[in-house]
Amino acid sequence: MNTAKRKLIVDEVRLDGRKFDDIRPMKIESGVLPNANGSSYLEQGRNKILVGVFGPREMHPKHLADPHKAVLRCRYHMAPFSVDPRRSPAPSRRDTELSMVIRNALEPAIFLERYPRASIDAYAEILEADGSTRCACIVAASVALVDAGIPMRDLVVACSAGKVDGEIVLDLDDIEDKEGTADLPVAYMPKLGKVTLLQMDGILSPEEFDRAFQLTLEGGKKIYEFQREALKTKYAKQVEKGEKGSVEQV
Amino acid sequence: MSQLFENRSFVVPGDVLAEGGLRPGENTYRLQGKIYAARVGLVEYSRGGVSVIALESNYEPRVGEIVIGTVMDVDLGGWRVDIEGSSPALLNVSDVLDEPFKPEMVLPKVFDLGDVIVARVVSVSRDGTPILSTLGSNLGKVEKGRLVRMTPSKIPRLIGKKGSMVNMILKETGCQIVIGQNGIILVSCKDSGMGDLVVRVMQKIESEAHTTGLTNRIYEFIKEIKEKEKR
Repeated sequence: MNTAKRKLIVDEVRLDGRKFDDIRPMKIESGVLPNANGSSYLEQGRNKILVGVFGPREMHPKHLADPHKAVLRCRYHMAPFSVDPRRSPAPSRRDTELSMVIRNALEPAIFLERYPRASIDAYAEILEADGSTRCACIVAASVALVDAGIPMRDLVVACSAGKVDGEIVLDLDDIEDKEGTADLPVAYMPKLGKVTLLQMDGILSPEEFDRAFQLTLEGGKKIYEFQREALKTKYAKQVEKGEKGSVEQV
Repeated sequence: MSQLFENRSFVVPGDVLAEGGLRPGENTYRLQGKIYAARVGLVEYSRGGVSVIALESNYEPRVGEIVIGTVMDVDLGGWRVDIEGSSPALLNVSDVLDEPFKPEMVLPKVFDLGDVIVARVVSVSRDGTPILSTLGSNLGKVEKGRLVRMTPSKIPRLIGKKGSMVNMILKETGCQIVIGQNGIILVSCKDSGMGDLVVRVMQKIESEAHTTGLTNRIYEFIKEIKEKEKR
């Protein structure tokens, strides 16, 4: 690593050319895995994440089943090639904790009580990691859950903010996350106005916290539009594909 | 009593569909006087109510429905059947043979592991486990045919108004079709080429279920392929 500290912000512009309140370019697709009940693929900057949702289905092992509601199980996993240098494919402590964090962020949005004894499984695979992956996973997983036809109260959006070179900025990438001084991931249900995840690394003054929190809420609204679009385009595309297919084959 | 969307517009979970007054129908829920969508789909306002026609859903069994499932376990007094819902369905001996269970009965001779069966949901227990029965005409083990899967919420589209869609397909292809409300469809044809055609028709219906004038389009589609096949 460089010993001399890089400047991450020059003339109010960040390393990748963004302003303080810009999110990274984003792309979400839903229904990408034919064998999953629901799925999504998300790109946010250099983040690339694939999520598959299975269920509600019978819980195995059975002793984990809850007779009153379905149990949501999440798996957050970084592929060995998702970071440089290569990472061990075995789930790390961090993976296990993030799986829990993602589950807790998504659970309040799902009508779990409609499927007693069942399990809903969401598997998030990080193909390429570039900071704020927990937020990106929540965004992708909530699209995949909706795509699986699981009844939900609302979508869940997530976005991070943090402090870099003394400035409060939105949607940290990998370098900003590692070399910045604070990180604040927030997940919330945009239509219901309820926060489902709030974590903070580093130190922010109360004023800075307020500013960062406001930024994540605004960032979340932008991300919400991408989620909506992803769900909508799936059906627009299907019609196109269906008509093309009828000409192509035979 | 305010409609916040146009009829049949696209909604995602969390969209506020109406405020007060209206009755929340399928795939919606009420919270603090507002009605929200709970699934992706098309919103539909009707007399005093609002509901969402789901574009994606999982099967929630209801009494009286016909389902198609796979035997996944043979128990002492019955079978456990996978109907691709949130929990496996139970099928008791007395609902198959019309006589009480006797220890000398050999259950695998009736239905064995992996058998595909057509059954009716006779009740749903309090914990959501469906109870099946194969007593009745056209129910029981499936001997041949092919299975096609479809999102359960799109099954009504396959049937059409008063069966218009499925009757048209039956007439045009001469195949037998058994529709399981759980999204599994059994197609059996004498001619395997017709079978391929029916499968493609099903796929087309699945992907275009939310569009209008579908029955006519499917009719044209079948005709078009039949013409090409003749050549």
